Amino acid sequence: MNVPAAWYLVLAAVLFGVGAYGLLTRRSALIMFMCLELMLNAVNLTFVTFSRTMSDVAGQVTVFFVMVVAAAEVTVGLGIVVAIFRRRSTTSVDELSEMKG
Amino acid sequence: MIATAYSAGAVAVFVTSALLIVVGAIGVITVKNPVHAAMSLIMTLFGVAVAFVAQSADFLAAVQIIVYAGAIVVLFLFVIMFLGVDRREGVRVEPLVGQRPLAATGVGIVVLGLVALMARSHWVTGAMSVSTKGAPLATGSGNVSQLGTAVFTTYLYAFEATAALLVIAVVGAIVLARREHSLDEESA
Repeated sequence: MNVPAAWYLVLAAVLFGVGAYGLLTRRSALIMFMCLELMLNAVNLTFVTFSRTMSDVAGQVTVFFVMVVAAAEVTVGLGIVVAIFRRRSTTSVDELSEMKG
Repeated sequence: MIATAYSAGAVAVFVTSALLIVVGAIGVITVKNPVHAAMSLIMTLFGVAVAFVAQSADFLAAVQIIVYAGAIVVLFLFVIMFLGVDRREGVRVEPLVGQRPLAATGVGIVVLGLVALMARSHWVTGAMSVSTKGAPLATGSGNVSQLGTAVFTTYLYAFEATAALLVIAVVGAIVLARREHSLDEESA
């Protein structure tokens, strides 16, 4: 018998928390993107877990689409990081403060 | 006690995936070198893939390895090497006073709230999906055919939209990352 769904759900909650903490505290835009991937993976794990407990493949289809959107998001996001680095020679989000009032 | 209630194999798989996920995730947020962070990210992604296989999502586990570990992390590494930002970021310095305790408090509240929500609610009612008539999800190639049938019938429009999204993302990335002086050369 497989382990209960709650174990995987708690694991996903912990993974989401770690990713959120990294996103809030790290300053390199690249590391922040990686933490975003951690949070997306936590949500994917939740979707797959509920897909198993409810015997419905719709959760897995959603994970499939989340992966596509994540790939697109990383592509555009890293393009923006490269463009910013060309102008400012930094990837630290602290130094991008022109909009500060 | 646990081993008597659930099969030892399932528990071992869960512990393996949990260790991979948590150690990798903590590695991502603590190491200084971005290359090492990308390696830790791969570890977490493999752990999630193990959890997918354990929950009869075989196709998604393969996609997880191919797309995430194979494509996205390589893209990260490519940008890290391309920009030459693999020098160390000062993890010890804390420019905003109190940012980390505040972040830890907020994240702790969110995680504890999620766990409390799970402990107090009954989301899994035992009601099964009508599409599979309560049968458990297929594993192996059966999972691929189930997922493929769903994607190409019920979710066909969403699937077509992802094709447009990927094209837009690729064109957008090229426009963003193109060098500025190429514009001047074209106009000159």
